Amino acid sequence: MSNDVIIVGAGIVGAACARAFALAGFSVLVLERGTTAGGTSSACEGNLLVSDKGPGHELVLAQFASRLWSSTAADLRAELGDTFPSIEFERKGGLVVATTADGAESLLAFAADQRGARVDARVVDAAEMLELEPDLNPAVAAGVFYPDDAQVQPTIATEALMASARRNGARLLENTEVTGGLFDDAGALIGVSTNRGPQRASRVLIAAGPWSGDVARRIGLSLPVRPRRGELLVTSRMRHRIFHKVYDADYVGAVGSDDRALQTSSVVESTAGGTVLIGSSRQQVEFDSSLRVDVLTEVAAKALRLFPFLATAAVMRSYGGFRPFMPDHLPAIGEDPRMPGLWHASGHEGAGIGLSLATAELLRDLFLGRTPEVDPSPYSPARATLAPHLELVA
Amino acid sequence: MSSVLILGAGPAGLAAARAARRRGASVTLVDSSEQLGGQFWRHLPAERPAARERILHHGWDTFRALQAQLVADDGCRILTSASVFAIDATASPSTTGTGPGRVHVIVGPSDGTGRERIELLPDAIVLATGAHDRTLPFPGWDLPGVFTGGAAQALAKGERLAVGAHVVVAGAGPFLLPVAASLAATGSRVLGVFESSRLSSLVRGWLPRPWQLLPAAKKGAELAGYIGGQLKSRIPYTTGASVIAAHGTDRVESVTVASLDKNWTPVAGTERTLAVDAVCVSHGFTPRLELAIAAGCQITDERFVAVDDAQATSVPGVYAAGEITGIGGVDLALAEGALAGHAAAGGNPFDLPGEVRKRRIYEGFARRIEAAHGIRPGWPDMVTDDTIVCRCEEVSFGALCSTAESTASTSLRSLKLTTRAGLGICQGRVCGRSLEQLIARRLPGNTLGDTVSTDRRPIAVPLRLGELAAAARPTDPSPTTPTPLADPPKGPTS
Repeated sequence: MSNDVIIVGAGIVGAACARAFALAGFSVLVLERGTTAGGTSSACEGNLLVSDKGPGHELVLAQFASRLWSSTAADLRAELGDTFPSIEFERKGGLVVATTADGAESLLAFAADQRGARVDARVVDAAEMLELEPDLNPAVAAGVFYPDDAQVQPTIATEALMASARRNGARLLENTEVTGGLFDDAGALIGVSTNRGPQRASRVLIAAGPWSGDVARRIGLSLPVRPRRGELLVTSRMRHRIFHKVYDADYVGAVGSDDRALQTSSVVESTAGGTVLIGSSRQQVEFDSSLRVDVLTEVAAKALRLFPFLATAAVMRSYGGFRPFMPDHLPAIGEDPRMPGLWHASGHEGAGIGLSLATAELLRDLFLGRTPEVDPSPYSPARATLAPHLELVA
Repeated sequence: MSSVLILGAGPAGLAAARAARRRGASVTLVDSSEQLGGQFWRHLPAERPAARERILHHGWDTFRALQAQLVADDGCRILTSASVFAIDATASPSTTGTGPGRVHVIVGPSDGTGRERIELLPDAIVLATGAHDRTLPFPGWDLPGVFTGGAAQALAKGERLAVGAHVVVAGAGPFLLPVAASLAATGSRVLGVFESSRLSSLVRGWLPRPWQLLPAAKKGAELAGYIGGQLKSRIPYTTGASVIAAHGTDRVESVTVASLDKNWTPVAGTERTLAVDAVCVSHGFTPRLELAIAAGCQITDERFVAVDDAQATSVPGVYAAGEITGIGGVDLALAEGALAGHAAAGGNPFDLPGEVRKRRIYEGFARRIEAAHGIRPGWPDMVTDDTIVCRCEEVSFGALCSTAESTASTSLRSLKLTTRAGLGICQGRVCGRSLEQLIARRLPGNTLGDTVSTDRRPIAVPLRLGELAAAARPTDPSPTTPTPLADPPKGPTS
């Protein structure tokens, strides 16, 4: 049996695509090496942020995604019913603070640029900050409030999108690993081989997050997606004392950085479960998941600069994941210029949860021959900024 | 001279410390408790000594001898109230030194505020982290007054507190007997001991080739002592039966006891009710594997630390002994500990033929325990939709099933994150393995779709954010001691 689309990967990007394609009437088969939400999508915070993005193509996609999340959260709730766990979508808003005078100056300049790109970025004074976050360290130098920042519980969101995709006809094969491409006599891609036999499709979409480079290689192409490790701490449940996503302006610098070495910046927020999530680190260590206590120490110390009261909070768990990092800091969304029929939806770095819905809509419109709401060319794997990297990786 | 770090000061850890010192290594012995002895030799603090410790403790003299020798020894640094919260086992020597890893310890009473972080960089590590007792969930097991056997035992041994006036003990395994004995010794009236395994299983497990047990006669005497104690206290012992529900409003007031079939499925129509004010339940032991996993050690299919004849794990420089290599009791732990400590200090197991022989004898004993008392697959039939399966996050079995049905997930990781089961402060220590079994039982082939283990806990014990944020004190030098501990006198030692 042939499918319209094979999606490789059942993380949030694959699940969002499966749902969007199935709703548009495509026959969809999702192949997942492990289980749904078994990789990056269950090892992150579930950020839906506009605040960390400066004017540019990623911000445009994030703004589009931000609109989609409100309606999709409601649609999923209506479709899946009350017995399905809540995806915990909450437009709680983000408060970005600078802890130094220099940091304050660049934060305020960054926010001014964002306002030029229609981001709701409100400069707040000390009194307003304490009103938003009464337990915030009063010594912070400046703050900007972003009411559009939101969050979901990423594992539940992925499961919900996948459940909806299945209800609309998509099929999912777990523990099924792609081992290579299937090609016809003329050399055109007609599907993939897997550890459980061949699967045919008119289009193959790689949505395997940081493992996308490996999947592409098996099919015969390079893709410069690299893993970038991030670590988070989780406290035990406590009284709700942190009301927004609060982070240090250093975070913006770390997100956009190419530096391979360890960078940490403070990101603190409460979850619906009553725990506090404390991030975050960025470090390029390939797929090495060993615990690094020095990283956790640095993350902990920086969180205390924002919320001194957390000193007595009990840390009960840490977890880490691998973000799919791209050399030009944009996801690859679209058809591969080197191999017709092979499509990409990866390289979203730390923004994949938020951008998943926008990615899915964009690809669906391209499949249907419609004009997407957002210009797809900046994300195309054929873009100029990616070309040198496509040649670099063998 | 090498430095050996021993994690855990129960029987295995103490034996390892002595053996490593006899080989001349410098030893650091770390335990989270305030005293040496572990769970097995938990006792009243020194400032409140009791004359009756010998009666409550099997092998008390062995413990006293080990303790006295190590406390008096300058070559053995003892850190009590010290918890290892993480092991950095990354390959880089900058984080691990030349040994198997950088060991992160938090020192001080866990409820105190002045705890201090230290880091240790040993040449070798002996993991002797022991086990905690496992309790299967059943309706009402979350009521006040329902104790794990281990908790009841700890209260009896460590505080001389009786958990109730009228108590039943239920579950499986030889551990039920010492629990009942401790309860009786602290003044509880034990209405009965209910062993889930049926007599036929006990016979199959214990009786084949009984001559093999002869060298383990001491073990038999230990059990006989408990049984004798029970007879004296008139404690009825019933096999093939268990507590399948506890009832009460604010605390347990009664229990339902029923017969179990050979798979531990309750037999309808056999239920009876007993009025109690406490229940102690234990279904065997779960090894504490988090530090072994953190160190990178290979875990066996039976989920113990894999070791060779020298008690060496798959990680160079890391050894393991005691319950984490297989549930076998104190005598096996002592033998394994001695071999592990000796090997960690550079010795060869052939140097200690007596310990090798003891290990072989008591291993056989351990296998019989598993054959006779091992958990059977029918136990989830006790569980109802209302039964809380994760006590920290208060997740019921019904909620777990409903979410699993909604998401159609086969993944333990996903189900934990979608239901919050196993994500609470105990981090799955109490419920983890039961959750795995309850979830797997609903799936085709009774198999989870992922290979996640609830034994993995990168932060091995909770600590305060402020403690984690504080820089560790520069790595302590090992105690310097040129003199090995004297060899034992000839003849029987322990």
